Amino acid sequence: MIQQILFVFLAAVAIYFFTKKVMSIRRNILLGKDEKLNDNPNLRWKNMMLFALGQKKMFKNSLVAVLHFFVYAGFIIINIEILEIFLDGILGTHRLFLPILGTRLYSILISCFEILAVLVIVGCAVFLTRRNITKVNRFTKPELKGFPFRDANIILITEIVLMTLFLTMNACDFIFSLDYKLDNYQHFDGGVVSFYVASFVLLPFKFNNETLEVIERTCWWFHIAGIFAFLNYLPYSKHLHIILAFPNSFFARLNPVGQMENMVSIQKEVVLSFQPERASEFPADEASMKFGAKDVKDLSWKSLMDAYSCSECGRCTAACPANQTGKKLSPRKIMMDTRDRLEEVGNNIDKHGMDFTDNKTLLGDYVSVEELRACTTCNACVEQCPILISPLNIILELRRSLVMEDSNVPNEWAMMFGNMENNQAPWKFSNEDRANWIKS
Amino acid sequence: MGVKIMSEMFAAGESPEILFWVGCAGSFDQRVQRITKSFAEILNKVGVSFAILGSEEACTGDPARRAGNEFVFQMLAYQNIQTLNNYNIKKIVTTCPHCFNTLKNEYSALGGNYEVSHHSTFLQELIDAGKIKIKEGGSMKGKKITFHDSCYLGRANNIYEAPRKVLEALDADLVEMKSCRSNGLCCGAGGAQMFKEDEPGDKRINVARAEEAIATGASTVAAACPFCMIMWEDGVKQKNAEAQIELKDIAELIAERMS
Ligand code: SF4
Ligand code: SF4
Repeated sequence: MIQQILFVFLAAVAIYFFTKKVMSIRRNILLGKDEKLNDNPNLRWKNMMLFALGQKKMFKNSLVAVLHFFVYAGFIIINIEILEIFLDGILGTHRLFLPILGTRLYSILISCFEILAVLVIVGCAVFLTRRNITKVNRFTKPELKGFPFRDANIILITEIVLMTLFLTMNACDFIFSLDYKLDNYQHFDGGVVSFYVASFVLLPFKFNNETLEVIERTCWWFHIAGIFAFLNYLPYSKHLHIILAFPNSFFARLNPVGQMENMVSIQKEVVLSFQPERASEFPADEASMKFGAKDVKDLSWKSLMDAYSCSECGRCTAACPANQTGKKLSPRKIMMDTRDRLEEVGNNIDKHGMDFTDNKTLLGDYVSVEELRACTTCNACVEQCPILISPLNIILELRRSLVMEDSNVPNEWAMMFGNMENNQAPWKFSNEDRANWIKS
Repeated sequence: MGVKIMSEMFAAGESPEILFWVGCAGSFDQRVQRITKSFAEILNKVGVSFAILGSEEACTGDPARRAGNEFVFQMLAYQNIQTLNNYNIKKIVTTCPHCFNTLKNEYSALGGNYEVSHHSTFLQELIDAGKIKIKEGGSMKGKKITFHDSCYLGRANNIYEAPRKVLEALDADLVEMKSCRSNGLCCGAGGAQMFKEDEPGDKRINVARAEEAIATGASTVAAACPFCMIMWEDGVKQKNAEAQIELKDIAELIAERMS
């Protein structure tokens, strides 16, 4: 009974804090500007199935993709087992599903979970090696120093620990089932369960029943407590992508990636300066018109969801021509900066209310002009991202603010703009000479 | 060359099959003018009736928009759309992927709706229709050639096969660089980089790209974008590989070898 009360309490606390954080993330994302992204639902469902569930883009590198798939599928499927653990915890039962499913089916199911658990351990071990020993290039970039680097390791180690606890727990129950007359474990009177992977691990140790029970209970508690802790760590971690990858690929922009968002306010100004009679075609001006994005609130909500979804894998940065040639720009850093700044803005709202300003902005305090200027708008980052994030969209919005709000323009660009305005070409040639090539 | 200007055609009550959008680089840059001429020559030979806007053509505004200056972009777009709509233009072909992307994907939101093709697709269709034939001795058999994907053709608009099909018509030995198609490495020009100094770094992007081409052992690098061409010329020069690598637009390769 005490165990049950303790469990319900623990579960309630974990779920409360998780929900609270999720709601605050939702609020933060909705701080962004409106962008209509619910057209063409069929294609959107397809994208979600293909890119989030099917992890299509991961398969550009098949070894990593397969391992990642194990870790992910293993983790999701083992959650079915968590359901049983959860119910056991509340009801004070032990292996509730065993009598319902029968020893045989139950053993097979759990054995499948165990195989997955082993694959998860293998996957995580390989990933730890890639990050810490072989030091794959994209994991050693400056933006991963400190928390992001630890974050990845914490997640991988936690997963290994959780899986090990799960396997040990099962190994104990296997030995109990050999001696099914034990009072606490009367469920096993249907016969010997056989969890094929874990079954034999503890056999050689010849623990007595009391010790085994202590081990089993300890593993059970640490396992479920670990899951609750993991749940609450998730929203602070890059690991949030296991959830947000789904909505993020569902709401991905469907336009050709080369197409930039039209700025209706400026279009209106230009058109009306030539044809004032077309005023009715355009919406009325909004009170405060801002060009581009200086801070996170000026970005589309989708870009903000992108930021929370980013797994910090660095595929974008590895493909970025600017980054490859030693420039400061890293599209992954753009995503991480956006998330960090958005969290900061969110915390400010929690502490000081909606209207508080801390006089900081994403542009300048997080992302530097030098980074923004290095982008060739090549879309390599967009192409690479496994969960359909667009770092480029943020870069371009920041550039708009830089140029149109701050008039912060390098000399060459100022000249280019001047030429385009006066001669209709980026170079200083007379437009009259455009067709001169015909003559030669 | 027999190239007609749209205003003159319009005055004579004629309308061309297609409008050839030349673009700024194609009009003014001496190297790129050769690409423009090659494409015009192909059109003439095949007997496609076309016109250019000449001095009525303005930059599409792509570099301004991507640098962050929406005002300049909107001004130029407005002007171009007025011109194109006045002439009732329906079909546009261009040799520049940036112009292609802007005309095709961005002008429609501003009231400019046209059927826009890039010359790689246009050439491929002419080849498929049997209208372009390679002359005797024009084959590049045995010669290694590699194709550089332009970002605004490839990733931005998903055109990877058309330019390669055009090269296949030449029978050359097509080899791929380390990064190609959707993984292709940028030439370094896009996003108005072309018009300013690089940000601090340890290499120029076009040099990194030239190294990839040199590693293939190809004797010809084919491009399908005037800005890529300008960047490539410089990258290959930096690597002192001018003697070993010839840089050609797909239109030039075809024009030189068609009967
Ligand atoms: S679009 Fe910009 S940030 Fe993205 S890969 Fe290209 S240069 Fe890098
Ligand atoms: S933006 Fe996408 S590719 Fe880049 S680090 Fe984040 S998840 Fe990876």
